[in-house]
Amino acid sequence: MSYWRVPLDIQNVKIPKGDIHIITERCKGCNFCVEYCPRDVLEMSTDFNRKGYHYPQVLKQGACVNCNLCEMICPEFSIYCLEGEEKPPEPDQVLRKGENHES
Amino acid sequence: MSEPTTDYTDTLTIPEPKENLKHPLESYIRSERFPHIWCSSCGIGTIVTAYISGLQKSGLDPEKVAVVSGIGCSGRAAGYLRLDSFHSTHGRALPFATGLALGNPELKVSVISGDGDIAAIGGNHFIHSARRNIDLNIICINNFNYAMTGGQAGPTTPLEANASTTPYGCYEYPFNLPFLAESSGAVYVARWTALHIRRLTNAISEALQKPGFSFIEIISPCPTLYARRNRLGTGLDTMKFYHDSATIQHGADTREVDIEYQKKIIVGKFVDKDKPTFTEARDTFLNKKLGDQYVPYRRPNNGH
Ligand SMILES: Cc1ncc(C[n+]2csc(CCOP(=O)(O)OP(=O)(O)O)c2C)c(N)n1
Ligand code: SF4
Ligand SMILES: [Mg+2]
Repeated sequence: MSYWRVPLDIQNVKIPKGDIHIITERCKGCNFCVEYCPRDVLEMSTDFNRKGYHYPQVLKQGACVNCNLCEMICPEFSIYCLEGEEKPPEPDQVLRKGENHES
Repeated sequence: MSEPTTDYTDTLTIPEPKENLKHPLESYIRSERFPHIWCSSCGIGTIVTAYISGLQKSGLDPEKVAVVSGIGCSGRAAGYLRLDSFHSTHGRALPFATGLALGNPELKVSVISGDGDIAAIGGNHFIHSARRNIDLNIICINNFNYAMTGGQAGPTTPLEANASTTPYGCYEYPFNLPFLAESSGAVYVARWTALHIRRLTNAISEALQKPGFSFIEIISPCPTLYARRNRLGTGLDTMKFYHDSATIQHGADTREVDIEYQKKIIVGKFVDKDKPTFTEARDTFLNKKLGDQYVPYRRPNNGH
């Protein structure tokens, strides 16, 4: 099927892990980070910040791979990710064709 | 993603600001001036992030970099950067930057400003700075209109596009900025959109390291005026449009990279060539003519 084979050296492969930090008060709810996160880690909150905007929050805890895309695309300097502890990938985390995003 | 709820009664608890979070680029921005003026989903903030990342990547000493802007939404960029920066008058960012670059040759001077500022009121300065190959790095944020003053048509508004001064659609021919820059003499010419953040960051880093007149046009969403008047949706919708319609063609002939209303956008690095800068040409020429009599300009007191 569409799965690629599990690499033989999977034990040696480390998937980077990122910790996401969100300065909710700066957010103006543009949705860029939620839309373009290649791992769909984020979602928009139902809560508002003080400016009256919905802001992003982490939907899939632990799924961030520290690619920094959210940080780079954010027009408000309101989200960033820092390197977390790397961990070996689960077999089902191996990239499937067409899964990596282009920007 | 869950849809934002329409029943807000139980969501009106406004959260207290979280513990002191410090953005990694905090030292480069004047966050005490935040919230910045840019609208929700405007692309200018993303471009400022790309500029800072490009500057970091270039390895230049931020103490030796200055940013000049003109007037406009894009022109506010200089004011939010914690670098030596100056918000000049409308259209005059390039002459001011020229003065800085010639007066202190150690500085790398960037201009971050809008399409109207650089190509309309500042158009003459633009072609002549490019012709003289002054050592400047120009970041032109093209949102296809004069955004700050209410969305009037400007020199880059595509034919057919609605603007507040062209309610039936624009009938003026727009500038093709990369072609204008190349034919005026720029040594580095590229175009990206606010969505191409990684490539844009690399381009900014390259352009900052390039001696001479470098020019990057960045197509950027203006949801409040251009997109609203043309019923093109939010900034995110504009970003999705860029995703679908931008094609990368490095080395494309700049004569062929015109932008038509809501058609394909050719992006990439179009020109990268070497040519003596204004200062180099001046020094070589006058040295040849005057020999030892010629004393090249040096900034007094070595810059302090
Ligand atoms: C001498 C002068 N003329 C006109 C104006 C009014 N004005 C302010 S911003 C602007 C247009 C800015 O357009 P652009 O450079 O494209 O920036 P944007 O707001 O679109 O980012 C104009 C005409 C002015 N401030 N000064
Ligand atoms: S008016 Fe347009 S260009 Fe200006 S800040 Fe708003 S969205 Fe950005
Ligand atoms: Mg403009």
